[in-house]
Amino acid sequence: MTILIYDNTWPGFLTAIFDAYERKLEQARICPQRTLQPSLLYTPINIITDNVKAKRVWLGLEKKLSRTGLQNVYHSFLSELPAIEDHLLEYIRLALTLDGAEKAYGNSTILRGTQVAKMVYREKHRMEAFVRFQLTKDGIYYGAVDPDFNVLPILISHFEKRYADQKWLIYDLRRKYGIFYDLEKVQEIELDFAKPEGGDIRSIFSEEEEIYQTLWKDYFIHVNIKERRNIKLHLRHVPKRYWKYLIEKSP
Amino acid sequence: MSERIREKLKILADAAKYDVSCSSSGSTRKNKNKGLGDTGNGICHTYTEDGRCVSLLKILLTNFCIYDCAYCVTRKSNDIKRTAFTVQEVVDLTINFYRRNYIEGLFLSSGIFKDADYTMERLVRVAKKLRSEHNFNGYIHLKSIPGASDELMKEAGLYADRLSVNIEIPTEQGLKLLAPDKDRKDMIQPMNFLKNEIILRESENKTFRNAPLFAPAGQSSQMIIGAAQESDKDIMFTANSLYKNFNLKRVYYSGYVPVSNDNRLPGLNTSVPRIRENRLYQTDWLMRFYGFQVKEIVNQEHPNLDLDIDPKLSWALRNVQQFPIDINRADLHLILRVPGIGIQSARKIVDARRFQRLNWEHLKKLGVALNRAKYFIICNSRNYERRDLSGSQIKQYILSGAQSKALSAVAIQLQLF
Repeated sequence: MTILIYDNTWPGFLTAIFDAYERKLEQARICPQRTLQPSLLYTPINIITDNVKAKRVWLGLEKKLSRTGLQNVYHSFLSELPAIEDHLLEYIRLALTLDGAEKAYGNSTILRGTQVAKMVYREKHRMEAFVRFQLTKDGIYYGAVDPDFNVLPILISHFEKRYADQKWLIYDLRRKYGIFYDLEKVQEIELDFAKPEGGDIRSIFSEEEEIYQTLWKDYFIHVNIKERRNIKLHLRHVPKRYWKYLIEKSP
Repeated sequence: MSERIREKLKILADAAKYDVSCSSSGSTRKNKNKGLGDTGNGICHTYTEDGRCVSLLKILLTNFCIYDCAYCVTRKSNDIKRTAFTVQEVVDLTINFYRRNYIEGLFLSSGIFKDADYTMERLVRVAKKLRSEHNFNGYIHLKSIPGASDELMKEAGLYADRLSVNIEIPTEQGLKLLAPDKDRKDMIQPMNFLKNEIILRESENKTFRNAPLFAPAGQSSQMIIGAAQESDKDIMFTANSLYKNFNLKRVYYSGYVPVSNDNRLPGLNTSVPRIRENRLYQTDWLMRFYGFQVKEIVNQEHPNLDLDIDPKLSWALRNVQQFPIDINRADLHLILRVPGIGIQSARKIVDARRFQRLNWEHLKKLGVALNRAKYFIICNSRNYERRDLSGSQIKQYILSGAQSKALSAVAIQLQLF
């Protein structure tokens, strides 16, 4: 069997799909470089990312899939789940052969595509809710996140529309990159965190920052109705793994 | 830092929390001229330890009040600390919380000080300042104060996304008993005025594309559950008439939290009727999204909802003759009536069956709760419930099979009495 190795990027993945079709590979696996494990069972082929090929695949899919179907493909890709590429190859094969395939929920490949996309969408939505910006001395609203899936690319439009008059930066600590809005446009950036760790972390934030964090914590406590205490429900909505970046849940 | 603001925020958030509405969806307001904020489907930014969503900064402008409603923590005769925010303080809090992504916007209510117009005018001033001085396009929910002038109501509609008047007590007798200074008519009047105004503005919006938004997220209301001795039928019939007659977007049901040892009310050690509240919301959903008529769910013979099973299952058990239905053929509106099938699964079923006939395995994977649904459907399988079971038999099977969350909580609540 052949294994197509791509460079972890979205255009790289689409190029791999293109090549799988061009080479008429009946049985192929697609694997990102970052998770590649050497194996004697597969013939490896390194895919060279080609934006023209990628675009052609996407245009082809646009003819066959609705917006939701296209979103399912892209969002599933962002899940970075093991072997999601193989699954997507199968999903795309179905989509190209069967009209309206994205709604054939009786098919386990289609259903799984919908479900993974839903998981990613949910994580995106959680980030829209749980990002907590802190105002730095140089006037940037900074929020750190650690999402289960690679959702920053699909957060841009939401935050750009909402915070159009302030500079902001959302940083994915797990994947070590961020999205930064400079009042004009959003771009991806990488940060070197070496310096702040040495000094006092508080010194980088504006003076009023602590005031509003305190007020927010006060508010959070006082808007709670003690007689209705329901910790199980609370935890279901705000799972513990998100607490570390939530001001109201930090001690 | 200003300890005074902290103190005010604590008092005025405490006083506002019994208003359960926290929705921030349904508005069409968009960010304009690169200002601050946007509205959409609504986001719950966090949840308190009682499991309720926190979407808006929900506060009273003041908890001074000239009324003495027995069920209200802010009633005149209650010996509590009183305070008031200034307009600027509310604006600063809203903007700074919003910029940090804590909230979707502001929910501003108030005790009635001096008179209705005086109070309403201050609420409007906060909203006006946010919109015109700060180009704030986030969500604003204002209380419409019964008795305030039409002019002020109109102005409120121009700045707010949603307006609400709380009906408070589901029956008129209940209201007379618990809030003798209040009259149901006074609450209905602003609701009706705003309904007509919204309809008028909507038609203007169709003609003139640049007509200003007017309360684009409509109106809502709230009823307190279990303070007066109303039945579930009283509650749901009132809710139904609010939806039908005043085009309300939402009616909220708020289980009474004991705040007084007034002998007209349940005692201070009474627990909050959480399960009853949940059943009322389920009924509300059945009316709004599942195509049920209110009288199918509650009526003269069944004035109260079952606590141990959900209202759709109760209905199905009383109407077993309408089942089973064939999942592979029945219309969407019939599939929606099957216990254990929600809106999402129902739609998926209708989509998926165009490609293949669905069996039990498929339905399970689509998210159908088969433990309930299996008694009411047939699908592409030779196995199905062939016995001619009565409603009560099915109920027994379902309850013995499932360790219902609600059931164990009912048992606990019963022990308390």
